[in-house]
Amino acid sequence: MTEKIIGSKRIAKRFANLKAEGRAGLVTFITAGDPNLETSSAILNQLPEAGADIIELGMPFSDPMADGPAIQASSQRALDNGASMIKTLDMVREFRHSDSDTPIILMGYFNPIYIYGVERFVADAAAAGVDGFIIVDLPPEEAEMRAPVEQAGLSFIYLTAPTTDDQRLPTVVEHASGFVYYVSVTGITGTKSASTQDIENALERLRRHTDLPIAVGFGIKTPEQAAAIGQHAEAVVVGSAFVNKLAENLNPDGSAQDSCVEAVLELVRDISGGLTA
Amino acid sequence: MSKLNTYKDGPGEDGHFGLFGGRYVAETLMPLILEVEQAYNDAKDNDAFQTELRGYLKNYVGRPSPLYFAERLSNKLDGAKIYFKREDLNHTGAHKVNNCLGQILLARQMGKNRVIAETGAGMHGVATATVCALFDIPCTIYMGTTDIDRQAPNVSRMEMLGAEIIPVTSGTGTLKDAMNDALRDWVANVETTYYLIGTVAGPHPYPAMVRDFQSVIGEETRAQIMEHEGRLPDSLIACIGGGSNAMGLFYPFLDDEVRIIAVEASGEGIETGKHAASLNAGAPGVLHGNRTFLLQNDDGQIIDAHSVSAGLDYPGIGPEHAWLHDIGRAEYVSITDAEAIAAFQTCTRLEGIIPALESAHAIAHTIKIAGDLPKDHIMILNLSGRGDKDMDSVAAYLEANK
Repeated sequence: MTEKIIGSKRIAKRFANLKAEGRAGLVTFITAGDPNLETSSAILNQLPEAGADIIELGMPFSDPMADGPAIQASSQRALDNGASMIKTLDMVREFRHSDSDTPIILMGYFNPIYIYGVERFVADAAAAGVDGFIIVDLPPEEAEMRAPVEQAGLSFIYLTAPTTDDQRLPTVVEHASGFVYYVSVTGITGTKSASTQDIENALERLRRHTDLPIAVGFGIKTPEQAAAIGQHAEAVVVGSAFVNKLAENLNPDGSAQDSCVEAVLELVRDISGGLTA
Repeated sequence: MSKLNTYKDGPGEDGHFGLFGGRYVAETLMPLILEVEQAYNDAKDNDAFQTELRGYLKNYVGRPSPLYFAERLSNKLDGAKIYFKREDLNHTGAHKVNNCLGQILLARQMGKNRVIAETGAGMHGVATATVCALFDIPCTIYMGTTDIDRQAPNVSRMEMLGAEIIPVTSGTGTLKDAMNDALRDWVANVETTYYLIGTVAGPHPYPAMVRDFQSVIGEETRAQIMEHEGRLPDSLIACIGGGSNAMGLFYPFLDDEVRIIAVEASGEGIETGKHAASLNAGAPGVLHGNRTFLLQNDDGQIIDAHSVSAGLDYPGIGPEHAWLHDIGRAEYVSITDAEAIAAFQTCTRLEGIIPALESAHAIAHTIKIAGDLPKDHIMILNLSGRGDKDMDSVAAYLEANK
C-alpha cells in the first residue's frame, strides 16, 4: 500500500508511533466546557500526560440523539455554563500552546457546524489546531462536510456499526481518513458493552475493507476492557466513564469540586495503564 | 414564485426536497433507514398491500371521512363558503390513524416484532397503540412529562390499549424530547424494532411515506368537493406542527390553482419568544434526521417551542413544508394561543363540533380571513382531530386568563 497520507498528518504520525511501540492507543472523550470552561480546559490540557494518545473533544449540543444519559447531562451542563462553538475552538487553541503532537478530534452533531457555516468552521478549526471531525449525524450519504475537511488537510472520521454490513462497508470507508471508528454496540453511548469475541469478529470483517487503523468505542469503562480490546484494535475510545467520573466530583450546584480534575485524570491513568502494561 | 411543472415529484432519490430533508442519522440506523425505504417502495406498488390498507381504512377507520359544509360558521363570517374535512370522525379521533395503519402493515411486512413511537398531544400515541393492539405487536410510546400532564385522557387510553408509556423528562418534556428518546431506543433495538414516526418529519423516507399515507385526506376531498360543488376549492387550510394533516390535504392539490394556507402556532406571540412558529421565526438547520426550519439560537442549539396545543409544540417542521415555504407554493401564517382558544369556543358553540386545539389554529385563521373573501370562494379546512383530550387544557387556560 502507498504511504500517501490523506487527512491529518498528526493522526497518521500518532498511529505510526503507536505501532512502533506495539500497543493500542487510548482515545479519551470529554465534553468541551463541562462543567465549566475553566475545569474543562484544565482537564484537556493535562490529558496527554495522563495517558491520552488522541483526544475527542465533544461539541455540546442541545439534542444529542446518539448519546446516553451521561453525555446528555454533560452537554447540558456545558451549555448551561456558557459553552459555545467559538469557546470550544478557543480551548483547542490554548491546548496547542503546550502540545503540538496529540491529535484533537471534534465530535458532535451537525447543526451547530451548519449554523456556524461549514467552510468557515473547518477553516477556524484547522487554524485552532483541530485534526479531525466525528459528526454523528452525517453518514456518507450526507457528504457536505467532506470536501472542505479534505481540502483543509484534516480527517473526517467515519463511524461503522454492527449494522453496517459487508455490502455497505465500502460506501462508508471509501472516503475515510485518519482512522475508522467502530461503534461496538447497537446503542447509545455509555450503556451496553460488546463481548471481546464480537469485537474481534467485527474487526476481522472491517479489515477486509480498510487498511486504516481502527478505534473501538461505546461501552468501554475499565482498564481490563480496554486492555482486552486493545489486543485487537489500534485504539480504544473511552468517554462516558470519564464524564461519569467528572459528574461524581461536582457540587450539588453543579460547580466542580477541588477533586474533579484530578479524579478524571486518575481514571485516564488507570485505563491507559491497561494499554501500556 | 417560480412556477414548476409539478410540485409533486419530491423528494429526489437522496431524500431531499430542494435544500431540505435528507438522512442525517447515526450510522447504526442508516442500514435500517435504507431497508425501510426499500420496503416502502415495494409496498407502494404492491396491489395486495394497498388493497389491505384500503380495507382497514374503510372498515376499521370509517373512511371516507365526511366533507361537511360548516354553514353556521360560514354565515357568521359572511364571506367564503367553508367546508370541514372531518378527520375528527376517524376511529381514534384524528388523522393520525391513516399513517399508523400504513406503517404497521409495513412493519409487519418487514418482520419487526416491536413498535416504538413518540407522541405530543397523544393522538399519534393513541393511534399507534390502537394499531399495535389490532396487530398484536408490543408497543412503547415516548411522551414528554409536560405533555403527560396536559393530555392525561390520552395517556389513560394508551395504557388501556396495552402500550408502555415512557415519560421523557429531558428538555421541556415535550415532543422534541420524546423524539430524541425514541431515536435512542431505536438505535439500541434496531434489529427488532420499527419506529413508527407520526409526522412528515424525520429521515427520508419518513416525510414522503407519511405524506403518502395521509394523502388519502386530500384525495377524498377532491372527489367530495366535486360532488358538493362540481369544482375544485379555491383554498385549503390546515394547522401544522410537524405538518402531516396539512401535507395529507395539500399534496393532491399541489399542481392545481388552489391557494394553500398552513397555520403554525405562535403561542404567546412570536415577539415573546414563546412560540412554535419554526417557518415564521426559525432558520434552516438539521435535527431529527432532516434539514428543515428550526427554532434555534445563533450557536445552533435548538430552542424549546411553546404552544397551548401539545401537538404543535415542536421546534421544527416537516421538510416538504420547508421547501413549499421556500419556493412560495404555500402560505405559512401563525395563530396565537389566545386566538386558537377563542376559535375553539366559536366552533364548539356554532357547529356543535369540539375541535382539537391543533385544528382550532386553522379555524382561528379561517375566522380572520374568511369575511374578506367573496361569497363564491370555497375554502376547505382540515378538521384534523377532535378536542375531547383538550378539555382540561382549555379550562386551565380560561381560568388563568380570566
